[in-house]
Amino acid sequence: MKRLLASLRSFRFTEGGVSRQRIALLVLAFAAVHLVIAGRLVLIGMKSDPQVARRVTNPDMLTSTRPDILDREGKQLATDIQSAMLYAEPKKGVGYVDDAVDQLRTVFPDLDERELREKLSSKKGFVRLRREITAEQQHEVRKLGIPHVGFLQESKRVYPAANEASHVLGGVNVDSAGIAGIEKWIDSGGLADLHLAGFATGRSLSPVQLALDLDVQHAMRDELLKAQGEYQAKSMSGMVLDVRTGEILSMVSLPDYDPNKPGNPADLSRLNRLTTGVYEMGSTFKALTVAMALDSGKATLASRFDATAPLHYGRFTITDFHAQRRVLTVPEVFTYSSNIGAAKIALAVGVDGHKAFLKKMGQLDRLRTELPESAMPLVPKSWGEINTATISFGHGLAVAPLQAVMATAALVNGGLLIPPTFLKRSQAEAEKIAKRVIKPETSDKMRYLLRLNVEKGTAKRAEVEGYYVGGKTGTSEKVVHGRYSHEKLLTVFTGVFPCDAPQYLVLVMIDEPKNRGHSTAGLNAAPTTGQIIARIGPLLGVEPRHDLPPADQLLTVSQRVAN
Amino acid sequence: MISRAQRTPLSEWWWTVDRLLVGAILTLMLIGIVLLLAASPPVAIRLGIDPFHFVHKQALFLVPATVVMLGTSMLSPRAIRRLAMIVFFISLALVMATLVAGPEIKGAKRWLVLLGVNIQPSEFMKPAFVVLTAWAFSESGRRPEMPATMFAFAMLFTCIPLLILQPDFGQTVLLSVTWGALFFLAGLRWIWTLGFTGAAVAGIFGAYKFIPHVTSRLQRFLDPASGDTFQIDTSLESFMRGGWFGRGPGEGTVKRILPDSHTDFIYAVAAEEFGLILCLIILALFSFLVLRSLKHAMREQDAFARLAVSGLALLFGLQSAIAMAVSLYLMPSKGMTLPFVSYGGSSLISLALGMGMLIALTRKRPQARVDAEHAMPAFYAESAAR
Repeated sequence: MKRLLASLRSFRFTEGGVSRQRIALLVLAFAAVHLVIAGRLVLIGMKSDPQVARRVTNPDMLTSTRPDILDREGKQLATDIQSAMLYAEPKKGVGYVDDAVDQLRTVFPDLDERELREKLSSKKGFVRLRREITAEQQHEVRKLGIPHVGFLQESKRVYPAANEASHVLGGVNVDSAGIAGIEKWIDSGGLADLHLAGFATGRSLSPVQLALDLDVQHAMRDELLKAQGEYQAKSMSGMVLDVRTGEILSMVSLPDYDPNKPGNPADLSRLNRLTTGVYEMGSTFKALTVAMALDSGKATLASRFDATAPLHYGRFTITDFHAQRRVLTVPEVFTYSSNIGAAKIALAVGVDGHKAFLKKMGQLDRLRTELPESAMPLVPKSWGEINTATISFGHGLAVAPLQAVMATAALVNGGLLIPPTFLKRSQAEAEKIAKRVIKPETSDKMRYLLRLNVEKGTAKRAEVEGYYVGGKTGTSEKVVHGRYSHEKLLTVFTGVFPCDAPQYLVLVMIDEPKNRGHSTAGLNAAPTTGQIIARIGPLLGVEPRHDLPPADQLLTVSQRVAN
Repeated sequence: MISRAQRTPLSEWWWTVDRLLVGAILTLMLIGIVLLLAASPPVAIRLGIDPFHFVHKQALFLVPATVVMLGTSMLSPRAIRRLAMIVFFISLALVMATLVAGPEIKGAKRWLVLLGVNIQPSEFMKPAFVVLTAWAFSESGRRPEMPATMFAFAMLFTCIPLLILQPDFGQTVLLSVTWGALFFLAGLRWIWTLGFTGAAVAGIFGAYKFIPHVTSRLQRFLDPASGDTFQIDTSLESFMRGGWFGRGPGEGTVKRILPDSHTDFIYAVAAEEFGLILCLIILALFSFLVLRSLKHAMREQDAFARLAVSGLALLFGLQSAIAMAVSLYLMPSKGMTLPFVSYGGSSLISLALGMGMLIALTRKRPQARVDAEHAMPAFYAESAAR
């Protein structure tokens, strides 16, 4: 080391050949570097494509391309159309502004003269003059020969079905970025590749296929609009769920909006009541209560509960709407929709058991789907007997309707809780993520009770010949200024068909029906559901049958004996 | 026209100078003006000044630059050394002044306003530094009693900290590498060469580790997905779009979004508008200049001239190669202007000075031949001894 350092200190220029040889090395090095650069240039030249998509030069010009959205049958729900946009670059000069204005107005007489003049005489680098111009107009403008006026292909999001599926699709803003619904989900990395491909050309994006069936959606919306007129309701919503897969075939929330038109996001029509609203679901919750009791073994179909007198909890009194004032069996509690009976059934299971069951059924947590909009259920902070008593018939716990639908589907599909989805899903995929929440036998009994309720109970008007409908009504009083209102009601109907082997669940929710004669669910939501089922049954390929047994025969002899 | 019969300074210059080198440089200057016509208006418009501002200024600077280059090229080696000494100390003082009084532009203090002109003193320091280093190393052989090697070290350790303080990473690397290469040419032992190379690699690694700006540049090169590679992507895109023959003058669009289209990425603009063939021609011109200069250096008998010519060629060659390689994504993004082609007054004059010195030192010199004759016996003795 010392010797080395010394050699450095006593360094002397070496005369002669050394530096010459080393310069030769340098020559070689430079030659190599230059060859690499030349090689790179030649490589680029060989694969260069002068048609490389023109990268837009101004952020104002960016409109990315989005994938198509299709319904389950492949019908288009959303697509991009390419249209030309006329722009000018006033900073570079467009010649005489007056001439340019006059000339442009010969092609577009409807362009505002003052505004156009202002735009062209500004010093901006880029101004948009008019969107969506035709090929002929382009040709005309070209013939005018105005400098620095040009066209840019831009894509515009179009929803051919307009209002039909507005809440599911959501919408995009002027820059084609998703702002709500599935559109927002597409952007939010649900499909990261799609996001990356924002600059790519449209056709290379594979479309997103939804579970939604546009025909069913249309039938649902049509029937709901009719019913809304009939009952003069403030709002209506409805959905169809495939109970075997958790696919959402239809979801309508009225009022709705046209996603093609920009609107105010705070507008009430933008609210998807089924996912973003939370409601006390009323008596439809009794199905959960009864299923819980049957599944836990705390009650059988033959168990009897005393409903002779109202229940008192402090200042609260629980009464029955269709009061029978006698001891009722479990099926009777269900079909007469007895609040007292339901409360007693729930109390038989106990507060903790009730809470645990609802938790298991996903009623106490926020349900997340592909739609970015979701709501947290309103769960009582302290949960005592009074809460269990009221929640048993659907008061005191507010959930998103989609959440209640998921639980009800589990009651009839054999006992599997399947997270609902807006995307297509096969039965095998559904079974993989399904969670067993009740026994198959309990599910059989629930089918029987739901069918019985249509044959003999509050849901008679939901019956559709040949579709073997089962269902549960629910009427709840809305909370207005902190107390339950007798005037403002929410009526709900959960219908299932065909009830011997359920395939589809239909939910109809009517907010504040004003037609006094038809204020309870059995008189408005149930018949509306019946009409919807009559229309969508054929669309869904469910064949009407005419040799259907009465509800009692849904249970096997052994089950009836055991009960 | 210029007669060999009459010995005037001009005719002497004309018959001794390497006219091809001069021609290549003038061609590059011409190409530079043409490319600036394409590349600089979008930048000027963005800055809100006259679209041809940069073209005019560059054309204006070409006059003094040509004068400086031709004037310098007429000097003798001795005069070159003196000139380098003067330029070096003046620019060193100015570089120090920038650290104190210079305005901060884009986070660096590199500029000084003198008599209303913006100048970048570190540009002028480069050729002078190279010539003085070459002189010091060559002197170490001729007059062993002088601490010439130590002088070379002292210069390095004065200039590098100043450049790091600015900070100017590009110039730092350029000067260090050229200095190291001169040491190597002067006969540094291989083991030391490897040691210094190792130290340089360690230095780059250190910069990667501890200077965040360098870290991000390198990471983005190694893994383009890790950050914003907008400039490089757009640069490559313009090569792709240009193809062999380009899209035609004025037809380029990428230049509008490249922030430094008139300086660091002018090569990309050349590609888009005039095609890869022009890029290859530009590359060939640089290659010709560098390799021909090095060939001169190899033939040169005088040690100082040999080292100085190599050093100046190296400086020029490195800068051009880096500028081209970066815009082709062969190297991490490092702002480096393309010599004589990119916009920049200081850089143009400095290059003219450097190339003027190079041309002067490569002129056929009678005294060099005399020197060679003197050296001849020693040279033969050495080869005989082998």
